[in-house]
Amino acid sequence: MGKGIWVFAEQEEGTVRKVTFEILSNARSIADSKGEPLCAVCLGKDIAGLADKFAPYGADKVYLVDHEALGQYTTDAYAKALCDLITQEQPSTVLFGATVVGKDLSPKVAARADAGLASDCIEIKLDDGGNLCLKRPIYAGKAYAEVTFQNTDVMMASIRPNVLIASEPDASKTAEVVTISPEIGADDIRVKVLDVQKSAAGKVDLTEAEIIVTGGRGMKGPENYKILEDLADVIGATVGASRAAVDAGWRPVSDQVGQTGKVVSPNLYIACGVSGAIQHYAGMGTSKVIVAINKDEEAPIFTKCDYGVVDDVFKIVPPLTEELKKMMAD
Amino acid sequence: MNSIICLKQVPDTEAQLKVKTDAIVTDGVKFIISPYDEYGIEEGLLQKEKAGEGEVTLVCMGPDRCVEAIRTGLAMGANKAFHLNDPVFEGSDALATAKALAEQIKTMDYNIIFCGKQAIDDDQAQVGVALAEYLGIPHASLVTKVEVSEDKKSVKVNRQIVGGEETLEIPLPCVLTAQKGLNEPRYASLPGIMKAKKKPLTPVKPADISLDEGAVGAAGSKSKAGNFTAPAPRTAAKIITGDSAEETAANLAKALREEAKAI
Repeated sequence: MGKGIWVFAEQEEGTVRKVTFEILSNARSIADSKGEPLCAVCLGKDIAGLADKFAPYGADKVYLVDHEALGQYTTDAYAKALCDLITQEQPSTVLFGATVVGKDLSPKVAARADAGLASDCIEIKLDDGGNLCLKRPIYAGKAYAEVTFQNTDVMMASIRPNVLIASEPDASKTAEVVTISPEIGADDIRVKVLDVQKSAAGKVDLTEAEIIVTGGRGMKGPENYKILEDLADVIGATVGASRAAVDAGWRPVSDQVGQTGKVVSPNLYIACGVSGAIQHYAGMGTSKVIVAINKDEEAPIFTKCDYGVVDDVFKIVPPLTEELKKMMAD
Repeated sequence: MNSIICLKQVPDTEAQLKVKTDAIVTDGVKFIISPYDEYGIEEGLLQKEKAGEGEVTLVCMGPDRCVEAIRTGLAMGANKAFHLNDPVFEGSDALATAKALAEQIKTMDYNIIFCGKQAIDDDQAQVGVALAEYLGIPHASLVTKVEVSEDKKSVKVNRQIVGGEETLEIPLPCVLTAQKGLNEPRYASLPGIMKAKKKPLTPVKPADISLDEGAVGAAGSKSKAGNFTAPAPRTAAKIITGDSAEETAANLAKALREEAKAI
């Protein structure tokens, strides 16, 4: 049985994903209980500057895995580097953020390392026997399961972003930093990235947004999303869509929140003209604060929100935007 | 263009499930093909139609009731199916499932494999990616567009990434996991349903494939799910009102700022 609780520290272009700090903060007590070092494992190209990012959140050790081929994410390059390091260092546990990268990389690494893997978990703890236990939603959040491991040298899990709370960073903490130069040959990478198309600069992806404003069937048409976009601009939100709006062709598939869309977990979720079917809730149920604005008092969303307004979206949203604009100017 | 589609039968999204501590009870529930797997079946059919030749083969692991889902896939147009069905497989976690599927697929000829990005019951999103690793072939997940090269040696795919999409070129054979938006799955036609009854649906036991039984099932899996609970209901919503829409909006803004501290 190995030693070391590792957190895959995802970074893109020199920015560490927030979920890394959330996991480190929560794995700290696990590491203490088990008497194992908590290690941040960061893969990338020219990432020496990230060395001091992880100790403030509880890391005892930082592995900087630096290689040309890790400058852009490919499963092959990242899996090669991470799996070789796992074989070499023998950690007991490897945790990932359940991000696009994390959910693509973790099953490959788990398969190659012949490890157990629990995906998209919302809680990490030790059970009564002192064993690692992960709580995760199943059936789109209709139930929760607790996952434990058996007959495996390494336990792995991916953790849903924005659910665990990152601790306040303590700048006085330090960690041992080890730089690794992995062996990654051209033959190791079978997939070629031809092109990357990112949507308008400054637009935060739904899965990373702190605030989301979603429009549903009650928006009545694509042109009416303007009032949601105005609200989003004022409060710094990303605009999402329910399945009804996407199926109607009003908004792109990439905007869909729900069981067959994106799973989001913002601090604030404002659902406008959304009925709140169970499949929609599956995509946003772990939001910290849910607001529903819908003129139908019977809409299921009202049993699933924290604040509800039973009124016409078109009457409420514009004055709401004005009020919030005034408040934020103070 | 021969494709293999991995499909899983799961409870319908509207199904009321009974949550017991040691199991989720699905008796009497309506079952469907997991929606993301349907995108995979449709893509296999589309690619076969584009190429003008080839076969679409379904592979499914699960109990007897899965036959219904497999026949639906055959009714959509798939040519034949293999059904891994044996008590030995019961309780397999996602990685063990992928190992079993891999052993079956190693006995088959194919250019490309489609899986759904995740099954909508356990939502693990592991099988497709792990399957590629066990087969020693590349993969791409969250695929929204597939274009096979003229010489059938590679495929160009679009996949979803944070904040947008990327385009990848991958040598064949490979595994692609389907994301919503890849295509619109066709409905099984009545003639399709009739034809499906005669299409080959072959049951597969562990002895038929060189599978290490110790690597599958509840005992062979490295992860174990239990202690099931239902989510605690949210405390009742605070309904915000006002004498006018403007006042209601102002009250909401105030609650969000001062009470919820969300803005």
